[in-house]
Amino acid sequence: MIMNQFLILSAFLFCVGVYGVLARRNGVLVLMSVELMLNGVNLNLIAFSARLHAVSGQVFALFIITIAAAEVGVGLAIVLLIYRNLRSPDLDGVDQLKG
Amino acid sequence: MLDAAWIIPLIPALSFVAILFFGKKMPRQGSEIGIVAIATTFVLSCVAAVQWIQRVNRYEGSHQGLGALGKSLMLSTQEHGAVVKPVVHSITWWQNGAFKFGIGIQIDGLAVMMLFVVTLISLLVHIYSTAYMKGDIRFTYFYAALSLFTASMLILVVAPNTLQLLVGWELVGLCSFMLIGHWWEEGANTNAALKAFLTTRTGDIGLMIGVIITFFAAGTFNIVGINQYALSPGADHTLMVVGASCLLIGIIGKSGQFPLHTWLPDAMAGPTPVSALIHAATMVVAGVYLGARVYGVFWSGFNIGDGGMNPMAVIGAITILIGAALAFVQDDIKKVLAYSTVSQLGYMVMGLGVGSWVGAVFHLFTHAFFKALLFLGAGSVSHSGSHHSFDMKKDMGGLRKYMPITFWTFLIGSAALAGIAPLAGFWSKDEILATAGQGGFELFAIVGLVGAFLTAAYMTRCVYLTFFGEYRGHGQPHESPKAITVPLIVLAVFSVFAGLANAAPLGLEKFGEYVEPKFAFPPVIVPTFDYGLAGASLFIVLSAIGVGVFLWFREEEMHAFKGLTKRNVLARGGYALLVNKYYLDDLYEGVIVAGIKGPIARASYWINQNVIDAVVKGAGLAARAIAGGTYTLDQDVLDAGYDGLARETGASGGLLSRVQTGRLQWYALVSFAAIGVFSLALVIFR
Repeated sequence: MIMNQFLILSAFLFCVGVYGVLARRNGVLVLMSVELMLNGVNLNLIAFSARLHAVSGQVFALFIITIAAAEVGVGLAIVLLIYRNLRSPDLDGVDQLKG
Repeated sequence: MLDAAWIIPLIPALSFVAILFFGKKMPRQGSEIGIVAIATTFVLSCVAAVQWIQRVNRYEGSHQGLGALGKSLMLSTQEHGAVVKPVVHSITWWQNGAFKFGIGIQIDGLAVMMLFVVTLISLLVHIYSTAYMKGDIRFTYFYAALSLFTASMLILVVAPNTLQLLVGWELVGLCSFMLIGHWWEEGANTNAALKAFLTTRTGDIGLMIGVIITFFAAGTFNIVGINQYALSPGADHTLMVVGASCLLIGIIGKSGQFPLHTWLPDAMAGPTPVSALIHAATMVVAGVYLGARVYGVFWSGFNIGDGGMNPMAVIGAITILIGAALAFVQDDIKKVLAYSTVSQLGYMVMGLGVGSWVGAVFHLFTHAFFKALLFLGAGSVSHSGSHHSFDMKKDMGGLRKYMPITFWTFLIGSAALAGIAPLAGFWSKDEILATAGQGGFELFAIVGLVGAFLTAAYMTRCVYLTFFGEYRGHGQPHESPKAITVPLIVLAVFSVFAGLANAAPLGLEKFGEYVEPKFAFPPVIVPTFDYGLAGASLFIVLSAIGVGVFLWFREEEMHAFKGLTKRNVLARGGYALLVNKYYLDDLYEGVIVAGIKGPIARASYWINQNVIDAVVKGAGLAARAIAGGTYTLDQDVLDAGYDGLARETGASGGLLSRVQTGRLQWYALVSFAAIGVFSLALVIFR
């Protein structure tokens, strides 16, 4: 079984996600980037699960998918409220907690 | 209603709270809440009274039915206790170890009778006060206190155990303090309130000890249980003597018996409706009620059944005479009535002392009506006839023409008090005297007759000074408004007819039938109606009135008596003794209070100045020296340190707060950077 390709793909996906989270202004795109990161992690988990013949990695992946769905629901609701209040989905405007 | 009688004290208690919180916002400033609450309570009390009478009747009916079946059945019913038991319900209030302290109700004839009297008088006083207290600065507060007063008395009346009775007793004392001192802006009123409170407290100590003694003797606080124990052959006689004596001290304090009666006349400082309530239905009759409630203890402690003499009867007899004699020299109409109350309470306590339970309770019942009537009448006179003065010699006289309703009702009340047949006072007084005469207390019957003579004479004087002769005041006397006259008329009707509740020669002995307990109750004698005694007492009363009329109405022709107190040494001495109230107040204030104020106060002042003060002063100086050092340390060392610390904290906080940009992605970047750094560290250093 070839592991390297899986791991490289998963690391790539994760890094794209991190970049998206850090660099994107649009809240929706940030959420999508979070999804990318999560799926990178999922790929990693499943690859190791197949390699080690341990089912717990796949169970973990399933859990992450479920929770990601909930997370997106909440996240989109927040973005929607931000949009309503600020007339833009940009996260730059959300800095009321500035110390 | 008998089982749910707990609701009767609850309603005025709730009304107290309601008036306190919402009274000022109501259109009539809370008086309507009080009146509605008391009226409801009165109706419920009437229902309870009717149900109690039905209960007794039902019992007696079934008892006779059984008797017809045969004597064997009669015997078996007697074994099962052939008596109407009181309705007792109680819930656990608190528990100490295995011992439960209950709170609840005990409804029997006596309680039902008291419920009726208290709620009726209270209702009339509430109505009366709407006119009498109109425009008072603390009108709402007055009504709240009236409600609480009534509630406290009702709690006391329904008490199934001595502890709840004690709670009600103290609450009544507190309320009377609040109401006597209602116009507390004047020092005299505050002093009178304090005097009433402290004097009755003196008696309360006796009551508390009595309650404790009866508890340890009988092993229970339940009134029925205490009576049962006291009347059982195995009762400890010594404990009963001590317990009865202590309880008697409680009665002396509360019911204004000699020698603690001095607070009662001073209590006249309160508004007149309050005086009526205190003297007729609530405060002072609480003592007599206590005596009637735990009568078994007195019966067995003082051997009342044996006749002769006992402390209770002696105290009552002394009180009758001194109260009546003092009433002669008062110029204040309310004080005359106050001393008259003292004297009449003496009749009740003496009645209990000579074994005339029914007579004492019956006298309490009738006295409530005519004494409330007289007080409210006096209030009506001062309200509309004499410009808020109570001085009969200066501001009254000749009011008969101006205030006909007040005059006639007052006259009826006076006649009832004096004991003219067939008005209320005659029957109840006669019951006490007849029992005293037939139960081996002949001496006390004679004292009672002398008291009747004095009562009739001073009431003649009072009526004469107030309503006859020439008007001596400076106002425009007129009849009082309806809110005042209607209660007077109601009470006058009761004063005329209440005596028929227990008029033996007419075949009416409802008190013995319905009010007298049949369960855990001593074998009191039932007097036969003595026409000779009744005739004698009536003759004495009428002759006293005759003497009174002769002395006061024909004053002009009686020059021989005029100024007698100034010419005759004996008469002057007697007058001075009476005016100074036997110097009892002087004894209390001059000897006891001054004794405490004088040497003891001086000694404590010296100790205070020279010992305690020196210690305090030394301690103060030392503390000051230490404080000086501490101050320097504090200011120059510690404070500087803390200041510096605070400054540094502030500065570093300001620095750190720059990191908190509030921007989400900045936080995310920091997190990822940290994760990256730590991951690298993990890879490198492991």
